[in-house]
Amino acid sequence: MNKIVKIIFLDILKNKIVLAYMLMLAVLSWSSFALEDNTAKGLLTILNVILFTVPLVSVLFATIYIYNSTEFIELLLSQPVKRKKIWVGLFTGLSLSLVIAFLLGSGIPLLIYSADSVGFMMIVVGCLISVVFAALAFLSSILTRDKAKGIGISIMLWLYFALIFDGIVLFLLFQLSDYPIENAMVGLTALSPIDLARIQILLHLDVSAMMGYTGAIFRDFFGTTMGLVASFLLLCLWAFIPFMISLKKFKKKDL
Amino acid sequence: MWICEKICVLIMIEIKSLNKKFGKLQILKDVSVSCKKGECIALIGPNGCGKTTLIKSFLGMVIPDSGSVEFEGKSVLGEFQYRDRIGYMPQIGRYPDNMTIGQVIEMIKEIRQSDETLDKDLYEAFKIEELSDKKMRTLSGGTTQKVSATLAFMFNPDVLILDEPTAGLDPLASELLKEKIIKEKEKGKLILITSHLLSELDDLITEIIFMQEGNIHFHKTVEQLKAETGEQKISKAIAYVLKNNQKPNEP
Repeated sequence: MNKIVKIIFLDILKNKIVLAYMLMLAVLSWSSFALEDNTAKGLLTILNVILFTVPLVSVLFATIYIYNSTEFIELLLSQPVKRKKIWVGLFTGLSLSLVIAFLLGSGIPLLIYSADSVGFMMIVVGCLISVVFAALAFLSSILTRDKAKGIGISIMLWLYFALIFDGIVLFLLFQLSDYPIENAMVGLTALSPIDLARIQILLHLDVSAMMGYTGAIFRDFFGTTMGLVASFLLLCLWAFIPFMISLKKFKKKDL
Repeated sequence: MWICEKICVLIMIEIKSLNKKFGKLQILKDVSVSCKKGECIALIGPNGCGKTTLIKSFLGMVIPDSGSVEFEGKSVLGEFQYRDRIGYMPQIGRYPDNMTIGQVIEMIKEIRQSDETLDKDLYEAFKIEELSDKKMRTLSGGTTQKVSATLAFMFNPDVLILDEPTAGLDPLASELLKEKIIKEKEKGKLILITSHLLSELDDLITEIIFMQEGNIHFHKTVEQLKAETGEQKISKAIAYVLKNNQKPNEP
């Protein structure tokens, strides 16, 4: 296992795109803290970075990388290596490099400017979101052999989770505002990793007061330790389930 | 009892009623083959008759729909350790683009972690050392084939599977490869070759498996085939079989 992770990790380092991603995250994070006199405002800017760019880069880079590793996978399969090992190794190597890029790019400024529970929370959520979208990339690239189609599915997934899902939630919120749907809303957020991450951080930023009654319900649920643990577990499931499905499919794939 | 054990040891690859479909296309139809130690088998047949699929299902790269594939009496389904004893040279070797030849060889060495001394015959014969800084993407088809062949023979495998080994190689290189194949054959290894160049196989092989549209048409020793057809060359013997076979189909 470690051998494959090492090979993939070194290959990604040579690739330099992840380095550029790390630099971009660093520039965005440092400048948003330096430009805003209020740390909370800086945190909100970084939150948007985490919720939009991190998923986009993770899912796209991972998808393209998997398609480009077809030859590598084929070569390893004719060697005495377990199929599961190849796929898990690929996933670990990719997630590891994305997480490290995030830690070095955004993690350091977060720790320096906001070394409290919010900053720490943001780092954990950012890492989890990287892994979740890498897992989604594995799922979309195993679904089809066609590279363009696979990348298309990845972009669609990102669009859905980053933009469309929010639209649907807002729409439901307005349409059904006469009914007591607040509890259902909490359940609905579990269906999107980005929303889980957003609510988790917003509640810690003390801006939840602006979210009205729904915010209060969210606070009631996610604000407790139980809710916190539950939402982290849900985020982990968002990484685990797509990857397990892709692993199951990979084990049966013809190459 | 003793005879049974003897036979069990001799049979290395045993494939029983293997079926494989790609979409609607049935590539392998109820294929059964057994290959023994020390044989040098030519797997021949027209394009798209399922030769490569058969090989790949033995290697575990293609998962069969039904039927069993056994290596030394153990099913290969879900197994991986048996590939330690197989050297596979693919028809079209595909390697990571931005790795150099040296890196690819190093990587395979690291993954195999074989304690045995490496077989560097082809490595030296093809002068791979001089090329080792070249990126895989820049290589010509023939050079890629040389790398594939070197890797297949490098770890002293008990079974060699060569898919179109001489296609794309220059005459000198293919002669070197043929010499190496003969050398390995004399060591008593099982060698499986697919090829369309029947004339090249004459002094190599001991058995012929002829496939057609996903079926094994026949599996005979070379002597048997030559005796039945009365021809001295394999290519002519095959042509003879094909001609006689097609007659009943004609109006």
